[in-house]
Amino acid sequence: MAQAQIRRAIESGVPDHMPYLHPKLAQNYGNWKYHDRPRPGVLHHVSHSGDEVWTVRAGTQRQMDVHTIRKLCDIADQFAEGRVRFTIRSNIEFMVGSEAKVAPLIAALGKHGFPVGGTGNSVSMISHTQGWLHCDIPGTDASGVVKSLMDELHEEFIREEMPNRVHLSTSCCEINCGGQADIAIIIQHTKPPVINHELVANVCERPTVVARCPVAAIRPAMVNGKPSLEVDEKKCICCGACYPPCPPMQINDPENSKLAIWVGGKNANARGKPTFMKMVTSGLPNNAPRWPEVAAVVKNILHVYKDDARPWERMADWIERIGWPRFFEKTGLPFTKYLIDDWRGARANLNASTHIRF
Amino acid sequence: MAKKSHATPNLDQLENGPWPSFVTGLKHLAKDKDYVVDLLGHLEHSYQTRKGYWKGGTVGVIGYGGGVIPRFTEIKDADNKPMFPDAAEFHTLRIMPPAGMHYDTGTLRKFCDIWEKHGSGLIAFHGQSGDIMFQGCTSENVQGAFDELNEMGFDMGGAGPSVRTSMACVGAARCEQSCYDEGKALRAVVNATLDDLHRPALPYKFKFKFSGCPNDCMNSIQRSDMAVIGTWRDNMRTDEALAKKWFAKHGMNELVNDVISRCPTKAIQLKEIKSVAKGASISSVAVSDSLALEIDNKDCVRCMHCINVMTGALAAGTDKGATILVGGKRTLKIGDLMGTVAVPFLKLQNDEDYEQLVELGQKMIDFFAENALEHERTGEMIERIGLVNFLEGIGLDIDANMVSAPRTNPYVRMDGWDEEVAKINAKKAAA
Repeated sequence: MAQAQIRRAIESGVPDHMPYLHPKLAQNYGNWKYHDRPRPGVLHHVSHSGDEVWTVRAGTQRQMDVHTIRKLCDIADQFAEGRVRFTIRSNIEFMVGSEAKVAPLIAALGKHGFPVGGTGNSVSMISHTQGWLHCDIPGTDASGVVKSLMDELHEEFIREEMPNRVHLSTSCCEINCGGQADIAIIIQHTKPPVINHELVANVCERPTVVARCPVAAIRPAMVNGKPSLEVDEKKCICCGACYPPCPPMQINDPENSKLAIWVGGKNANARGKPTFMKMVTSGLPNNAPRWPEVAAVVKNILHVYKDDARPWERMADWIERIGWPRFFEKTGLPFTKYLIDDWRGARANLNASTHIRF
Repeated sequence: MAKKSHATPNLDQLENGPWPSFVTGLKHLAKDKDYVVDLLGHLEHSYQTRKGYWKGGTVGVIGYGGGVIPRFTEIKDADNKPMFPDAAEFHTLRIMPPAGMHYDTGTLRKFCDIWEKHGSGLIAFHGQSGDIMFQGCTSENVQGAFDELNEMGFDMGGAGPSVRTSMACVGAARCEQSCYDEGKALRAVVNATLDDLHRPALPYKFKFKFSGCPNDCMNSIQRSDMAVIGTWRDNMRTDEALAKKWFAKHGMNELVNDVISRCPTKAIQLKEIKSVAKGASISSVAVSDSLALEIDNKDCVRCMHCINVMTGALAAGTDKGATILVGGKRTLKIGDLMGTVAVPFLKLQNDEDYEQLVELGQKMIDFFAENALEHERTGEMIERIGLVNFLEGIGLDIDANMVSAPRTNPYVRMDGWDEEVAKINAKKAAA
């Protein structure tokens, strides 16, 4: 008998976006004139043609069940001509061609539990990763951390009361898939990997693992008569880079994998050049299911920033004005020796001047 | 009806509070699916022990080398049997969305039907590289799910050492700050590299990202190997009606403190209308009957701040295109790298311009494929070989816009100085 026909993939690549656009967006493609924000969560764009479109932005849980997605589709069918789009921070956007539809759309989203906000100078949804739900190397969860934090920051999502926009991210390992942000929460391991020497030879390509280490702390070794790897624990910086290519080098530790907080990442070129975020504290416990210690630090930084920064200052702009000593003073975070960079290029982070604020 | 649920005291706590709960969503799915009942048990086990329990493997679809993220459970009993057998395999399909992540509900509903049939019913919009993440599928069902999604006109995204799925901002579709057709550029560039996207054979990952203006909403400068960021060369446009409306609403304090003094290069001055300068590089706009903003565009670095504050009153010019930056990435292995300028301005107007962009992308990939070490990103490769060697390799001319300052040390062989000067002078003379 002939075998079932093998279906070859149609290598169609990225689909054309034009058929998916809301009709008003398609008609005014490349012809927009300006925008304003009538209220938090709503954008109003005006075209050179005179056309107007209102966008209502709502937060989602990102990891969505089909029932939730269908509910969002029902709302889009009712109000937004069956079109939606998603932002980079997993917010959903509904476009409407008349202002009269905005309030009923917001009411419908509210009724189904979708918070409307995330625009302008609000705290938007946390950009995040997979965590325990799906990742093969996670030190913590992602969706759960985000759910916990967004519950705490809900009021700042639905309002626009921050000096400028605030982007948050979380990452379950130091690879930092969540990305640069005004405030980032990232796993920081504090102990070298625990090696299961029984498995290394069968599971790991040893030269690859040796090459992966940023500080050359890993070398091949025979352990109990089996080819394995050993780590110079004095050299090891506990980054976890060896763990993905070699799962028997377990880096995650329920107690000793801590959470660090980073601030001041900015990708926009607006005002100053883009900046990388800086570590400002660490040692916070990986305290599932609600991570209250992390939430307390994040909220504290946010509140100090909210009170002290001037309009349009992003986290990085604000710290540039007040200086790092005052950032630590105002937030009450301890400036420890571990926050002084000693990686390559570290001298660029030292104060080569007498610029000191007293 | 699915089997009985596991006790999930930790996850239950994530159903409280005002933010939408993924746990509530999973529990809804678990009513009908044993798969999700066990997934919840698996996740609760992670919450209780504070560890992850998925390992990778090899699962794919016919014809492609990547795009499926395989996950097999490591929670096993003494006999090496999975403790949560229905969720023993939990693979993800990465599917590329349309640029700008626009959808019609018919498409989303079809996604739901397909994923309810073949997978867990859990979909993430979107992963950090921009994929639609169809999360949770057995090895057996991966091909069937992909076939149906593929028939809808959707294709697999990137994973492993390959060109990755890309992202573009909303751009021309809904933003006045758009400086090129981001969706068209994304589609042209990525679809020209599909072989390297679907069949991972590069030294490591390679990411393109597309932002329509220097606000860089796609965060391309920090996380893409080749960032295409919209900009313009000519003078900023102004609109007097909108400028006056803005000033009437916001007043002098905001005009001075939030607009003029926040210009990073002091290109904006407040002047009495009668003393506003005239000149080829000057944009000006009255904000009241007596006062005007005067902008010297030669000093402007296109940071976007004043345009962000006074939308429409101030706007990008019309001679538009993009700045191309290369080498952005996060920490591993040598530390964070920001993308840096490789092409100060590439006009993006007609089809030939977009073809040039595609060619540039292909050259970057070819050079990367031939010259990077294993597990080395483009930025690390450039750090190792030097920017000049990289530029020569892909045939780009050097430009003073590529540096924040010239060299500060003398440690370089300069035998060829005179020849370089002669070349540059010849080029100037020919221009």
